[in-house]
Amino acid sequence: MKKIYPNKEVCIGCHLCEVACVTAHSKTKDHILAHNVEKAQEGLAPRRNVAQEGAVCVALSCRHCQEPMCVAACISGALTKNTETGRCEYNEEQCVGCWSCLMACPFGSIRRHPFKEKIVKCDMCAGRDTPACVEACPNAGLVFEDRGSD
Amino acid sequence: MAFAPINKNYHDFFVVRDKDACINCQVCVRQCSYGVHFWDEARQCVRHDNTKCIGCHRCEALCPTQALLIQEKPSNFKANALWRPVFIKNIYKQADTGGVLLSGMGSPADIPVYWDNLLLDASQVTNPSIDPLREPMELRTFLGSKPTRLEFEETPEGPRVKTKLKPNIALNFPIMFSAMSFGSINFNLHIAMARAASELGTYYNTGEGGLHQSLYKYGKNTIVQVASGRFGVHRDYLNAGAAIEIKIGQGAKPGIGGHLPGEKINAKVSETRMVPIGSDAISPAPHHDIYSIEDLHQLIYALKEASEYKVPVSVKIAAVHNVAAIASGVVRAGADIVAIDGMRGGTGAAPAMIRDNVGIPIELALASVDQRLRDEGIRNNASIVAAGGTRCSADVVKAIALGADAVYIGTAALLAVGCTLCARCYTGKCPWGIATNDPYLAKRQNPDIAAKKMANLMKAWAHEIEEMLGGMGLNSIESLRGNRDKLRAVGLNQIELDTLGVKAAGR
Repeated sequence: MKKIYPNKEVCIGCHLCEVACVTAHSKTKDHILAHNVEKAQEGLAPRRNVAQEGAVCVALSCRHCQEPMCVAACISGALTKNTETGRCEYNEEQCVGCWSCLMACPFGSIRRHPFKEKIVKCDMCAGRDTPACVEACPNAGLVFEDRGSD
Repeated sequence: MAFAPINKNYHDFFVVRDKDACINCQVCVRQCSYGVHFWDEARQCVRHDNTKCIGCHRCEALCPTQALLIQEKPSNFKANALWRPVFIKNIYKQADTGGVLLSGMGSPADIPVYWDNLLLDASQVTNPSIDPLREPMELRTFLGSKPTRLEFEETPEGPRVKTKLKPNIALNFPIMFSAMSFGSINFNLHIAMARAASELGTYYNTGEGGLHQSLYKYGKNTIVQVASGRFGVHRDYLNAGAAIEIKIGQGAKPGIGGHLPGEKINAKVSETRMVPIGSDAISPAPHHDIYSIEDLHQLIYALKEASEYKVPVSVKIAAVHNVAAIASGVVRAGADIVAIDGMRGGTGAAPAMIRDNVGIPIELALASVDQRLRDEGIRNNASIVAAGGTRCSADVVKAIALGADAVYIGTAALLAVGCTLCARCYTGKCPWGIATNDPYLAKRQNPDIAAKKMANLMKAWAHEIEEMLGGMGLNSIESLRGNRDKLRAVGLNQIELDTLGVKAAGR
């Protein structure tokens, strides 16, 4: 299955992936409204985060693990592994905000919602052919491809 | 302006930010290596300092909401035909610093571009044009010394060429990537050029900074350069490429050497150039072992000995006033290829006065060199490569019709990977990740993308060259070489026409 792979050798730390992520998960799907209105009102936050130290940067997010620790840790059944699509799916309705998944994720890819008792996690842009972050990356620092099982 | 020198306000560009469109994502802040954009903590928004903008357009290109526009500052000095703003500002700068004015890339000075005065021919009625999509079209070019005559002998297997041929290099297109040293541009672009040249079946030139060990595998498509600083020159290097080029001069800065600032010498550059990390790499103005054509002859043959006469030796000279006589001497000294670099050729760093005032345009230099070598009966002894200011495939076709065997493209290759000709290469802060070795900036050139773009450009030009050739009823680039009858000129005086060896349009 296809997954999003970051490449730190060519990630330029522009954070356009984060910008695209916010817009893709907004109601309006409009850069300006998503960032200038929805971010403040709805607590819209990027599911991908660029980590940087010195000249090295890389855009990190959920790796949609084969055996996801977050799913194992989830007490309410909000996180599930879809074996067909390979995605680690999240159902916000069911989430009780216990943060077990935050503690369990070895990659720090799950974050708290800015003001709801919920989490924010990459859904690999369900409904899009190519995830927004990959499409927005100007330098192929994120690629969406099938590398077999890993 | 308080707390700042007066002249700081005579800057060239200003930033227009559409406040309604700006989403304060700070992409511009991160992209600008000159510190123009910044996060204003007090106002909680992105703001900018116009005085620092150098007009590279990186922020404008990456802004996700097109909220940015970089404009030339419209503020004007009182109109003065003599004291144009550039001279006024230069004087202010030099009065402040006491230094030489530096610049990068080719000269932006308003010197006639003869390509624009030359027009190509096409077939009508009396001779058929050729459709390159349906009929074969030959762009293959061989560079190197050609024999004066061929002798054959009969063998049981049929006739065989008896004449011993000198080494030539074969190009699928009559275009090569010009010498841009590793150091002046970064490693990512060297890999990209090497890969693009290999994919296309043409050549790239290492420039004077040596060749990194990891790129030896692309040697089949590499021309290794030997310049006055002799950086990175050793036996393996000379034998790593398919040709060797002695750089005598550069079109952007004829008569002067080079200076790669210590800040650009990182571990990899140091290893390749064989100079200590952080030390300035200074190429002397002349080769200190070449003070005559005879000395050049010695170096050419020393290099041929070192490479066992397996590869052609090129000599690159800048287009200067007596270029034809110099080229004749160069060919007589044993060069297999003469590369002529016109005054609009690019550079990583040159004094602005030199770049804008020294040398002659490539069109005139090329025509006079080709004519001189033909008149002297030595044109076949060497191929001519034209460099400096080739902007499009039509320029390539015109150069070949004026007598070039091939052209070098440097600026065009950099434009293909994003360069916007802001001409600040000498600062080492290139926001496009080209003329910089800063690892954070250099990453902006993904070698995979850059190689693809360079190869695309060359392929596109090759298609266009085929179309133009076909239109003229030619099916081989060989038939165009030095064929000035395929050119006509508009708006030139008789002396220019004579120098170019081209008739006026209508004649």
